[in-house]
Order: sequence, then structure tokens, then C-alpha cells
Amino acid sequence: MTVTTPDRAPVAEAPRSSGTRLVDRVFKVRELAILVVFLVMIAVTQAGNSEFLSEQGVKDLLLNATILVLVATGQSLVVITRNVDLSVGSTLGISAFAAGTYLHGGGDPVIAIVLAVLLGVGFGLLNGLLVSLGQVPALVVTLGTLYVIRGIDSIWVGSRQITAADLPNPFVDFGSGGLSAVPWLALIALVVLIATACYLKHFGSGRELYALGSNPEAALLAGIPVRRRILAAYTFCGGLAGLAGAMYLARFGNVDSSTGNGYELTVVSAVVVGGVVFTGGSGSVYGAALGALLLTSINSVLPALGVSSVWVLAINGVLLLLAIAIDRVVAVRVASALRKKSAAARTAAAKTPAAKTAAAKTPVEKTPVEKAAVKTPVTKGDAHDA
Amino acid sequence: MTHPSDTGPAPVLALKDVAKSFGAVRALRGVSLELFPGEVHALAGENGAGKSTLIKTLAGVHRPDAGRVLLDGEPVVFHGPGDARDAGIAVIYQEPTLFPDLSIAENIFMGRLPRRAFGRIDHKATRAATAALMKRLGVELDPDRPASGLSIADQQIVEIAKALSFDARVLIMDEPTAALTGSEVARLFGVVRTLREQGAAVLFISHRLEEIFEICRRVTTLRDGAWIATEQVAGMTEDDLVRRMVGRDLDELYPKQDVTPGEVALSVRRLTREGVFTDVSFDVRRGEIVGLAGLVGAGRTEVARAVFGIDRWDAGEVVVDGRPLTSGAPSTAMAAGLALVPEDRRAQGLVMDMSIERNIGLTGLRTTVRAGLMDRGAERSRALDWAIRLQVKYARIADTVNTLSGGNQQKVVLAKWLATGPQVLIVDEPTRGIDVGTKAEVHRLLSELAADGVAVLMISSDLPEILGMADRVLVMHEGRLTAEIARTEATEETVMAAATGRAAA
Repeated sequence: MTVTTPDRAPVAEAPRSSGTRLVDRVFKVRELAILVVFLVMIAVTQAGNSEFLSEQGVKDLLLNATILVLVATGQSLVVITRNVDLSVGSTLGISAFAAGTYLHGGGDPVIAIVLAVLLGVGFGLLNGLLVSLGQVPALVVTLGTLYVIRGIDSIWVGSRQITAADLPNPFVDFGSGGLSAVPWLALIALVVLIATACYLKHFGSGRELYALGSNPEAALLAGIPVRRRILAAYTFCGGLAGLAGAMYLARFGNVDSSTGNGYELTVVSAVVVGGVVFTGGSGSVYGAALGALLLTSINSVLPALGVSSVWVLAINGVLLLLAIAIDRVVAVRVASALRKKSAAARTAAAKTPAAKTAAAKTPVEKTPVEKAAVKTPVTKGDAHDA
Repeated sequence: MTHPSDTGPAPVLALKDVAKSFGAVRALRGVSLELFPGEVHALAGENGAGKSTLIKTLAGVHRPDAGRVLLDGEPVVFHGPGDARDAGIAVIYQEPTLFPDLSIAENIFMGRLPRRAFGRIDHKATRAATAALMKRLGVELDPDRPASGLSIADQQIVEIAKALSFDARVLIMDEPTAALTGSEVARLFGVVRTLREQGAAVLFISHRLEEIFEICRRVTTLRDGAWIATEQVAGMTEDDLVRRMVGRDLDELYPKQDVTPGEVALSVRRLTREGVFTDVSFDVRRGEIVGLAGLVGAGRTEVARAVFGIDRWDAGEVVVDGRPLTSGAPSTAMAAGLALVPEDRRAQGLVMDMSIERNIGLTGLRTTVRAGLMDRGAERSRALDWAIRLQVKYARIADTVNTLSGGNQQKVVLAKWLATGPQVLIVDEPTRGIDVGTKAEVHRLLSELAADGVAVLMISSDLPEILGMADRVLVMHEGRLTAEIARTEATEETVMAAATGRAAA
């Protein structure tokens, strides 16, 4: 049996047909749509308030989005595997305070960041172990760890507070500085984002995250180490939440026991608005990052337009519902397009002799099969196709 | 019962005295099996005989409690499906296990995607290899399209391509033909023969016995988890095989009792649902089994759904025992004594994660009530009563239905509806995907129900079943009723002529 092994030179150029492009286009369109909404919003705001896109304005916009982008990137990985991590807000809070306490004692900024990341990794591991070994719904498990981590944070921190005055100057400067309008923090988030996207697209274990979110049972049968992958996704998510904690400290300089409270819901909204499907298996981190950018910039846009910020929450909610509605419509459209494509291909195959030559490769004694076919011609095999 | 292990080449893969239990259920005990290169070997047995467990043991999903798995004569332990695959064992499961969101190419190579420098996936090579596989199978499927939306037949092709892609030495196919049409089966068998000639061992499972005789050399029969026989197919008859599987001579497969129809129980008049079916009128009398035949998409299931009130109808009326039903109201249909056993038992007939008891109890949520609360005792005794009457095989009545075999699941669906004491019973594909033994039991049950005065409307794509069981055959073609044929005049030709629209009604 000779099989074209993939490491050999490609034998034939794969046919590229309309179905592919359709699907590619849909996914790109999904991300493009958010980008367009974002740009339109920015343009309208700029038209209404020419101060909006000043250097400081752009910088604020990016700074605000940075932390959410980081956490949303981590969250996307988890959501792609058909799970969720609700403890990211608590993790962010406790790592920020830990890094702050260390710096307050005269620590080195780099080590402080590493410390925050490691703390996040630890909590991510805990979540991953509970979810992958416990076989318990992630929603419930991470709701539990959300409270546990927040509880530990409150006991440890008490009524203490860390302010910018407690932090070394280089660290605070790093939090607000940057390359002209682009803050350092945003550059870090961008690097993490691109690296994660590249991992998901180009590495086997990255694609396996999509596979196990798409069909967990099949993933098991395909020999994918499901538990290890889920563990890795949670660990990564926790690590990024820890990193985001350190960034939060650098940006705001102000941390107490309530830091990051309720942040998990903003993160999940950003991910979903960005087109990462909550039932797993599809979506991209770029989408999630755009979702994060869109949600945070609404916070700056409304005041710039003179609209009260009490509207922010309601608008975020509407965006979320819109995103879900669009996803649903798109999913239905794509499914029906693909079915039509299959049906068309089948009719075409029935008309061309291709199918026959394949069957005739080895001599097929036609009679018994065709007898069987005639015997029960009222077959319902196609019902699944309808 | 031959064991030709001392002739010819050594077996590629073998099981020796394998046992496997799940809790109290002994799924396999003392089962041995040898697969030789270049052989297509059939595995026969009723639902629940242990075939699926055997396959999953070979595939590395289950580890045997006792006995050994031998690969090229050497004992091996598979720690997971990955190990079995690396040993060259490919399994095509009854229900294709694809990733709907991923491309066909990724589906085929998932878990072992080709790499290039720095461990990155070689997308181009993946696509090209897939295209080559599709060419080899003679199928036009775009490697880049997602698996979502593929027909069952195409999904099966992807599964086969997966098996081909890693030079499988052993190919295990669990009922690959169940959902395929005649020409698709021919295409599949072409591939199987090619593999056989190239020296692969194939383990083939099918409830269509004629397929076993067509393509297999030897057949191993299991019954109740135990090995019964391994023998040459040549020289056997279908009856021999059925006897091995069932353990006794099967009484008639179509035990139809003669009855004199009573008064009309279900009357459907000029029923129309726009774009789906048009002007459908028929009666079903007490004691009668009326078969509803037709091609796929002729609108049979849709008529049944409308009659039962799941879908609304646009015109016409449905009358049960002289009382007209409301459109789109299943609860009034149930109150009038109508019951519908749907075609897809897993999705529509059962709550798979609920116990047998609770599943049967679902139709009695309004009747097994005492002082406004569920009467658990009454629910249990009602469930037990019906489970015993239909001879459902289970360990405990509190077990979830997903632990049951397909035939027993179907019996639970029937029990659920029979427990309501229906006057009119509509069954949609009552025996699809269940073994001959259970099939005969279901037929006997339907026949007894009719004899007790229940009006039965039976939708089936199994033409021998229609001809064997129905007192009258209604035939639909493209949303219209095209013929009503009496039992004495119903033949494959007359029914098919009407189903394909060739005959003027």
C-alpha cells in the first residue's frame, strides 16, 4: 500500500474551490466586521471631537485595551477547547498585589513581572487540573476558584493598598512610557498576541485545541492527549492573567483587594464579541483582541462625545447580543451553503464517470451489490443530507 | 468452527481469551479472534453481543480485564487510541468521528499533522496529501472545506481516507454501510477489496447479512459477550448465521397476524403543509397495520410529525376517534390517544443521560401524580412493567439508556409510548440499525398491538418490512400520496413504481 507521505514533495496542487474561499471569507469577514465597527466609531468620535485622536488620546486608547487584550488572548485558548476560565479577574488581582508587595520591599521590576506570571501559572495549573481530571463543567469549577482566589487575596491584603508612591520609578515610567504614541505595554500585548496566533495556526498542538473543542469524543479517538492540552490552555490563560496583573500595576500603580473584581465577565464578553464561539472549536485570538479593543474604546468614545458613561454597560451588552446573533446567522448560512455544495458535488459526481472508474479500479462484481441496492431501494441514507 | 491458524501467514492482530466488564455487565468473556493479512473477516452478533466492546479493545479505547491482545504474535498493551493507531490499526466507527470546524485535510491528519522546520505544520503538504488520497478514492472533496455539512457517505469517505493515510495494516469497520446507498456501498467495497489485495486485514461489521456473504472470507459470531464460532463464509447460509447469532432458530421475521380491521381510528383529510406535502388523505382502522413507503424526502416523516402536532399544517384535518385535533399541539394529540415513535431514537426518542425508568416515565409525567407530586413508586413499577413486557436487556432499571445497545434503546422508546396506552401508534423506521433478533421481536410486538385493536401507521424504508408487516401500503412521492395498495397486491415492483412516480395512482 503506497501512500503519499506528507514529507515527500507535494504530488498535486490541491484544488481550491469556492467552498474554501467562502469559509475563509466568512471568518475574515467576522474579524473585519469588528474592525470596521471600531474604525467607524473612532472616525465619528474624531469628527465630533478633534482632540480625540491626539497622541495622548491614542496612547490612552491603546493602554486601556492592552490589559484586556492580554487576558482575552489567554481566555480564547480556553474557550476554543470548549471550556471557560472565570477566575482570571481574581488571578489578575492577586498577582498585581503580589508584584506590588515585592516591589514595595525594593525588588527588581523584571523579577516582579516574572513573579506575577508564575503566580498566574500556578492558579492556571490548578484550574486545568480540576477541569481536566475532575470532569466537572469548567463554568462551575472556575467559579469556585474565582471565589477561592479572591478570598485568599482579601485575607492576605486586608485593607492594605499599594500606590504608585510605593513603586520604583522605572517601573512606573515603563507603565506609562512608550515609542511615541505606542505604549510599551501595548507592544508586549501585541507580541504575545502574534505569538499565540502563530502557535494556534502553525503548530500541531495548537490545532489540536481547536479539534478537541470541536468534537471532544473524536479528539480522544484521534489520540490527542486531551487532558494535557486542556491543562496547557488553562496554564497559559493563568500565566497571561498574571502578566496582565503586573501590567495593571505598572499602568495604574494602585492596587487593593478588589482589583480585577468582575473583570472575568468583561473578558468573556470581549472574546465572544470577537467571534470566538462559546461552544468551542472556532474563532481566533485576533478576533478576541479586536473585541477587547472595541469594548474598551467605547469607554473613551462616549465621554469624548459628551455622552454620559452610564451608557457604557448597556452598549456593551447590546454589542454582545449582536455578536451572538451575527454568529448564529452566519453559522446557519455557512451550513446551508456547505450542504448545497455537497449536494451539487454529488449530482456532478453521479453524472461524471469519475465515481465509476474509482469503483472499477478493482473488478467489482456488480451483481450482488446492485441486487442489494434494488432489494431495498427505498433508502433513507440521504436523510442526513437533507 | 475452524481455527486455521496453522495455515498461511501469521495473524497480524489477535485477541486471546479476552474478557471485559463494565460494572455488573460482562461485555466480553473468553473471546478470541485472529485477523490475517489479506482477509476480510466479518464480526456478527446481535446488538449487545459485545461487538462494540471488542472493536474498542482492538482500537486501544478499552483495556481488557483478562486475556491478551497480540500484534504479530507478540503481546501488546495499548494505552490509548494513539498507540493502536501507531501499530497500524485504523477504526471506522459507526458514527463518524469528525471535527466539524476543521478542514477535511486537518480531520484526516489530526494528531499527526505533517511538520516542517521548527515543528510548524506543513499546511501545503497536508492539503496535497489529502488531495492525493481523494484522487485515489475517486472522490471530489475539497481538502480545505470544513467537515461540517458533509453527508454521512462523505464523512465515511473522510474516515476511510484517514485509515489509508497511515498505511493501516488492520482496518476495522463498524457498520460502515448502515447509512449508504447502493452505489456508495459499491464504492466502499471497491476500496475494501483494494486494501485486501494490498495485504491489509479488514474486520467488517454489518447487520446486512448479504454484505457479509459478498465480501467476507470468514465470520466470527459473538452472543452475549461470548465467542460462539469462527468459520468460513463459503458454504454457510443466512439462516445458519442467524442461528449462530440468535442462538435458536429465529421464528418468522415478519410474524403478521391476520386481523379484521375495526372502525376508523385515525382519519387524515386533505392535509397540506405548504412546500412539504400536499393533499394527503388516508384512514387507519383499529387492528390494522398501515405501511407508509416512499423514497427519501418524499414527506413521510413530515406527515407523521404534522399528524402528531409537532409541525403545524396549513390545510386539512386530522380526526382521532371522531374528534378533530388542533394543528401544532402534541399534547392534545397525546390526550386523544396518539403516540409517535420517532425515527432518530438517540436525538428524538430518548434522553440519553437519563435512566431507563425516567425515560419510560417521561410520557407519564401528568398521570403518575399523587397530590400534585410525582409518584416515584408508581413511575418505577410502570417502567419495570413495560421493560419486562418488552424484554429490555439491562442491568438495573436506574441505569442510563446510553449504556444500552441500539435494539434495547429502541425497546425503551417503544415502552415509553406503549405505557400511554395509545389508540393510534405511529412508528417511524422502527427497526433501523437494530439486529435481526430484536427486529423480529419488534415486529411481533407491533402485530400483537394491532391484534389488540391499536391502529398502527408504520413508516419504513425497509421494503421487505413494509411488505411483510403491512395490511395496506400507502406510498408517497414528492409530498403526495401516489398509491394505496392492498396487502395481496403489494410487491416490490408496485410499491417502487408508485414511490418513483412512474405509476399513475
